Amino acid sequence: MILLLQYMLIFASVLMLVALGGCFSEHSGVINIGLEGIMVMGALGGALMMKFLPESTPAIGIIVLVVLAAILLGVIYSLLLAVAAVNFKADQTLVGTAMNLLGTAAATVFVKAMNTAESVDNVSSTIQYISAKKAFIVNIGSFEFNWFMLLALIALIGSYITLYKTRFGLRLMACGEHPQAADSVGINVYRMRYAGVLISGMLGGLGGIVYITAGVSEWKFENGVAGFGFLALAVMIFGQWKPTRIALAALLFGFFRALGNVYTGFDFLKALNLPGSIYNMLPYIISLVVLAFTSKKSRAPKAEGIPYDKGQR
Amino acid sequence: MKKKTPILRNGAVQSLLASLLCILLGLLLGYIALLFINPAGAGEAILTIVKNFMTYSRSTAQLKYLGSTLVKAAPLIMCSLSVLFAYKVGLFNIGAAGQYVVGTGACLYCALGLNLPWYLCLIAAILAGAVLGAVSGLLKAYCNVNEVISCIMLNWISLYTVNTLLTLVKEEASPYTKTLKSTNPGAMLPSLGLGQLFSKNDYVTIAVPLAVIVAVLVWVVLEKTKLGYELKATGCNKNAAKYCGMKEQKNLILTMAIAGGLAGMGAAMLYLTGFEQWQCTQSAVPAMGFNGIAAAFLGGLHPIGTLFSSYFIQHITNGGAYVDKTMYSAQISDFISALIIYLCGFVLFFKFALNKWLNKRDEKKAVKGGSQ
Amino acid sequence: MKLEQSYAIEMLNITKRFPGIVANDNITLQLRKGEIHALLGENGAGKSTLMSVLFGLYQPEEGVIKKDGKVVSIKDPNDANALGIGMVHQHFKLVECFTVLDNIIMGVEPCRHGFLQKAEAREKVLALSEKYGLQVDPDALVEDITVGMQQRTEILKMLYRENEILIFDEPTAVLTPQEIHELMQIMKNLRAEGKSLLFISHKLNEIMEVADRCSVLRKGKYIGTVDVAGSSQEELSRMMVGRDVNFKVEKKPSQPGDVVLDVKGMTVASKRHNNNAVKKVSFQVRRGEIVCIAGIDGNGQTELVYGLTGLEPLKEGTLTLNGQDITKAAIRKRNTSGLSHIPEDRHKHGLVLDYTLEDNMVLQRYFETQFITPAGFLKRKSIRSYAEKLIEQYDVRSGQGPVTMARSMSGGNQQKAIIAREIDRNPELLIAVQPTRGLDVGAIEYIHKQIVNQRDAGKGVLLVSLELDEVMNVSDRILVMYEGEIVGEFDPKEVTVEELGLYMAGAKRKGA
Repeated sequence: MILLLQYMLIFASVLMLVALGGCFSEHSGVINIGLEGIMVMGALGGALMMKFLPESTPAIGIIVLVVLAAILLGVIYSLLLAVAAVNFKADQTLVGTAMNLLGTAAATVFVKAMNTAESVDNVSSTIQYISAKKAFIVNIGSFEFNWFMLLALIALIGSYITLYKTRFGLRLMACGEHPQAADSVGINVYRMRYAGVLISGMLGGLGGIVYITAGVSEWKFENGVAGFGFLALAVMIFGQWKPTRIALAALLFGFFRALGNVYTGFDFLKALNLPGSIYNMLPYIISLVVLAFTSKKSRAPKAEGIPYDKGQR
Repeated sequence: MKKKTPILRNGAVQSLLASLLCILLGLLLGYIALLFINPAGAGEAILTIVKNFMTYSRSTAQLKYLGSTLVKAAPLIMCSLSVLFAYKVGLFNIGAAGQYVVGTGACLYCALGLNLPWYLCLIAAILAGAVLGAVSGLLKAYCNVNEVISCIMLNWISLYTVNTLLTLVKEEASPYTKTLKSTNPGAMLPSLGLGQLFSKNDYVTIAVPLAVIVAVLVWVVLEKTKLGYELKATGCNKNAAKYCGMKEQKNLILTMAIAGGLAGMGAAMLYLTGFEQWQCTQSAVPAMGFNGIAAAFLGGLHPIGTLFSSYFIQHITNGGAYVDKTMYSAQISDFISALIIYLCGFVLFFKFALNKWLNKRDEKKAVKGGSQ
Repeated sequence: MKLEQSYAIEMLNITKRFPGIVANDNITLQLRKGEIHALLGENGAGKSTLMSVLFGLYQPEEGVIKKDGKVVSIKDPNDANALGIGMVHQHFKLVECFTVLDNIIMGVEPCRHGFLQKAEAREKVLALSEKYGLQVDPDALVEDITVGMQQRTEILKMLYRENEILIFDEPTAVLTPQEIHELMQIMKNLRAEGKSLLFISHKLNEIMEVADRCSVLRKGKYIGTVDVAGSSQEELSRMMVGRDVNFKVEKKPSQPGDVVLDVKGMTVASKRHNNNAVKKVSFQVRRGEIVCIAGIDGNGQTELVYGLTGLEPLKEGTLTLNGQDITKAAIRKRNTSGLSHIPEDRHKHGLVLDYTLEDNMVLQRYFETQFITPAGFLKRKSIRSYAEKLIEQYDVRSGQGPVTMARSMSGGNQQKAIIAREIDRNPELLIAVQPTRGLDVGAIEYIHKQIVNQRDAGKGVLLVSLELDEVMNVSDRILVMYEGEIVGEFDPKEVTVEELGLYMAGAKRKGA
């Protein structure tokens, strides 16, 4: 039971971080389908940092540096979307899709090249980070508390305050709702959209490293992040682009995802004798069902997905 | 008044130029990435990728591996047609990947589990893809679920379902499905002597010409028929389509079903040749559907264009298998095709800039002509 | 010298070109301190472009802008704002899901360390609204308040920024006559407080009422500036159009025949709120008459038309077209049973902008056997010749004839194409919703003539219009809609605009 709670919280943290990222991007008016790719890049950054930090680094140092590395790579990678969507008015769905493919391919190529360079026979796409991973975990009884859970909570509170209590948030949301209005009062729509996308890169990158360290084994970069970026988008839509509701939605989805990892621990679930792939499918099925029932009324930022052109007022 | 429009103004020429530019830039960036990884072999590696089967010196071998590239290009053509068809109706069919997966599941199960002949397996694959596509269409039409999200969810659901289904017909000792040749040779697509043309590459079947025919059919349907007129109108402006009495929701569902059918058919065109077996422990959705997106856009969103772009993408993907594994991984070609998709996002801007430049040039000419 | 210093803002010899057209050709506009200066011109005369130049949204190719006699450079709206220039845009620039207060402070938010200090802002807004008589609820969401209050929000936005130069871009288009009267009063108050106002309009009576001077633009060119007191509506209109305009629509008295459309107890749900948008409405349209639905925008006219044409289902009630019950009929069935619809929004419903003109011309009849083969292939040749016929007959002008992309055509010609398509189907009932919106005088005259011709040919016409001039001049019978109900029925010859206004604003109603 505690294991279920632990997995639920860690998966919920991933979804929350990434969905909040998507939320910032969409509030600024840019649809970020490329979250998946951003997660992979963030994961790569964090994993590399863990691999190359000396064993003697204190836990707090590891945490800070790994988080920074993941954020940095996520932000840099999200620039690809920002440039294409804001400056070049590209089709955001197409660019996002390309970023997802590119993220996985680039990370795999890089990791494999690194591994082969170390030893010619090593063609795996994993990074050794198991020992450094321990820095993130604090055992409270049999519950493994992960510092990332706290980070997700901080991100949640921070997002809420940023969006609703600050000048930045007000202006950001204006750009996603009515960029012409924002422009007419002298808000730089391009800059705000950049900000939105880069924040999504930051939170997406962070979500990526949380995701790959959540599992027991080392992550294969070939696999990307298994649709988690898209689950996060579903969480965001279900959460109606509002941080508090996103948190609740993330917990719900996290629960179903966690079930897939630990269902063997429950006698009544075991007794049902369902194939394991049912549990693997569960989060995706749930999100489809949830979307089917909630999308009709969903109120996305009005101007999302529409490139802003100063010339056409 | 009738002036010949300059060649650069021609839409098709512009698309072609834009695509070539994307390819060149994609290869260039890929080359730069290779330089970073290992400067020693970068030039050779990129050449290997571009050469693909031409790395063989004997012409029979070249022909044989050209055949292999074609075998895999056929399903890619189908996937890119699937993406293109949906895109023309305003839908982004990222679900071609999942539709391809259920197509695989349906045709292999029919072939290996039910021992059906090839044409029934083919039809089963088309139907399976169409049903999955229709589900996304239904969700979009009646529940307003964004098709991109629903397609992605369905991709994963399909993958796990098909893995479970095909475990029933897999080899005892390996995670792969049984081979068609040993289990049900009647399910293999007929070759009609095409294999002979490619140095006895028996995997070359009617799938290849069939893909070309389907591309032409898609073009005819979109451009020449009432159905195409309606579907494109729905895609361009669904409100206007509703206003003039078209069944907008039916059109959405129909489009996704057709797109799904195309992708499903693509799967049958590969797996019914016996060229590959399905791995039942597969943990990622096959790249074929996603590459279809690349091919569709690279082909300038024209059915005939996709024939060439699909071939090209498959060409470099196959070429990736020949690079020196001690230096680079085969995914380098995935990396390059992903780069190319990304660059395709800039095509509109490229055309816009080109036209602007042409306008400026014409204006200057007009000014000069006026002053003389 | 003395005269020059008294100008608040001067735009001297402004020229702005776009590919293919000169939007502003050597235009000069001088706004005195403390005056209301009208800027008059038809749609497309270059008023909006000139204002965009003033706001730094466009950079002019030639000309200078002076503030208080000094040359200034305006690169973006921030610069304009810093110079004390503010504008109420024709289409309000308000974020609908924000509160009134958030909209007012956006861009100049009072902040401490980046955190909003809304309490401060609220006090200032309340004080301003008291001072100028601009009543608003600062905490209401913009999407929930009336158009009039939205406009007051826009005015407060300018006052909150302490702007001295206030520009009103066609502010009366969306208001009732009574609200217009209030607005005129507010504008005079602002003038009395020393603000300089620029009032953009094409409504001559309003200019005569409130403005001190008036500058006129026509087709991108500057025509002149006159003192309003020494001028007349006729003179101004001649300057605006370049010829004498016949404001009256020539038509014979109507001779109503059989009932074409019979609406009984029609109710349509609203998409915007939980109430019904149309509430138990009943009326009839006969052959040979033009029935006009008048009312302020957003009182259920759009939904009424959606219900009639099948774009939205009815919640209650019945529709009978030519004796045939069409309450539940599909859109295609209604269209082929003699209903033609010139939609309110030609870009949203009327045209497929990325289709060619010829493909748009057959949008309502591509499925007829004259245009497709039994196998479902399009007969391209028949489509071409049919389109050419309509283009010729209705004088639709475009760059490349039938193969022109609809998107690249001018608004007037797009509308003509729709009218050609809808009228050529020889309908029993023509529903025309704001058919002249955004068009120039020539096109308006043409369209009114087509509508009257339909009536004279014995068809029923239902015209939905927000323009009172159009309502009074074209219709044979007027129905006023207020909050989803028909609150009065009038003969245009026996009612005044003021009387209609009271009904449109809900101040009066007749037991129907």
